Amino acid sequence: MTINMGPQHPATHGVLRVVLELDGEIIVKATPHLGHLHRGMEKLAESKTYHQAIPLTDRLDYTNAMGNNLAYVLAVEKLLGIEVPKRAQYIRVLMAELQRIAAHLIWLGTHALDIGAMTLLLYNFREREDILRIFEEVAGGRLTPTYLRIGGLSKDLPEGVEEKIKAFVQAFPDHIKEYEALLTKNVIWMKRTKGVGIFSKEDALSFGVTGPTLRGSGVKYDVRKAFPYSSYEEFDFEIPIGTVGDVYDRYIVRLREMEWSNAIVEQALERLPKGPIIANDPRVTLPPKDDVLSDIASLIRQFKIVSEGFYPPQGEVYASVEASKGELGFYIVSDGSNRPYRLRIRTPSFANLSALSKMIEGSLIADVIAVIGSIDIVLGEVDR
Amino acid sequence: MTETNLAVKKLKEKFPNSILEVKAFRNEVTVSVPKKEILEICRFLHSDSDLQYHLLTDLCGLDHFPQTPRFEVVYHLCSVKTNQRLRLKTRVGESESIVSVESVWKVANWYEREAYDLLGISFENHSDLRRIMLWDGYEGHPLRKDFPVEGPDFDKPFVPEV
Repeated sequence: MTINMGPQHPATHGVLRVVLELDGEIIVKATPHLGHLHRGMEKLAESKTYHQAIPLTDRLDYTNAMGNNLAYVLAVEKLLGIEVPKRAQYIRVLMAELQRIAAHLIWLGTHALDIGAMTLLLYNFREREDILRIFEEVAGGRLTPTYLRIGGLSKDLPEGVEEKIKAFVQAFPDHIKEYEALLTKNVIWMKRTKGVGIFSKEDALSFGVTGPTLRGSGVKYDVRKAFPYSSYEEFDFEIPIGTVGDVYDRYIVRLREMEWSNAIVEQALERLPKGPIIANDPRVTLPPKDDVLSDIASLIRQFKIVSEGFYPPQGEVYASVEASKGELGFYIVSDGSNRPYRLRIRTPSFANLSALSKMIEGSLIADVIAVIGSIDIVLGEVDR
Repeated sequence: MTETNLAVKKLKEKFPNSILEVKAFRNEVTVSVPKKEILEICRFLHSDSDLQYHLLTDLCGLDHFPQTPRFEVVYHLCSVKTNQRLRLKTRVGESESIVSVESVWKVANWYEREAYDLLGISFENHSDLRRIMLWDGYEGHPLRKDFPVEGPDFDKPFVPEV
């Protein structure tokens, strides 16, 4: 029998359609069909200036907007050869890690909901709301903050927000204990996740899987450690890995990751340096607003950057970050003009999803839901 | 930088005639190779015990219209063992095809389908070369430089035949 799962199915986490060929309740073949959310971002970016492409990146993985911004601006900064001030780097790390916690909270809530544990979702969204309130105060936006700029940040942290982050960081470890009390030793949870969707190390690498899904299979690869960016080498954190590579291992890996993210946020807050929040590079960054209103040269500079953008050197760069789902990379080819010649987005969910068929073939139909939840895809970045 | 890179050194030893160009820009090494050798080179980089490029981070196509050969296929490799990255590039003409690297990294299956869908580069020995983002029956390849950003596509029905 062939059944069609999605694209309007709550457990596929977006508009994913999977055609399942069944033998009784066993899956013989699974074929994912993508593209329902394809917005042509790579093509779109070719007709925009480098600054204008930043808001596009928020809409890739919409649960991890800060991380997406970071990957893109890092790539452009690498192309230009700009050094970002230390304070901006630390605030970037702070925001990226808060965003990772928020993204993992959505994953945990929806994953548990799919399997039948509904309570957790309400807990998770309570904490996520705290983080989104912080983002709102810092950047003005909640889901799509577009906070980062090429060369630094759009604005400094507002007054009083550090205390709010501190309060969140102190309270969060207890919340993780709450989640664990509901799931980790829960018999139903263990029966639904242990030994399900097992994925070996070799397969995971061959399928280009990254992020918690790869680490769940026991490969210690994290872009933050392997290719440190934005001062990650100055923070103390570990990379949790799994042993079996099943749904349960991926669950544990993500929980531990949230704890480490929380620790990184704490460290970043403690050591937050003082100083400028954006590089002073007249080619690229906007002049201070006061100068624009009083000084003609600054006004011209602002006008030129906004209307025309800047002209990076010819060349090609690849920069990546550890986003909440895995390695998010931007490959920019520049022909020396003010728009990218080609902007290729390497999204983690796309590669992770390509492994879905391999993970679920031969398993029960009920496990498909558990496995899709455990690889944590967001269709916004699969389809781009 | 290009002299000290182990992968470049080993490639030059093993394939002395097929390394067309080695470039370094912003600490990234790019090696250009001919299209016919690509599978051999990828196999070597994947299996060599000192290099171990087990992860194909990305594979994408580039359109250099109106140059010939028109397309370029770009491979981003990553070694989890040694924490090294390497970029391979090869040129493909408009009416030509390039051999698939699916036998080395399985993820190439989807990446190559994407390049086929959006740029129209065809891959030999690919197990399932279909469109991936756009529907079957769609005309044209949107990431090509001569494909308009807006225009002819908009008056066509968006409903695919199932």
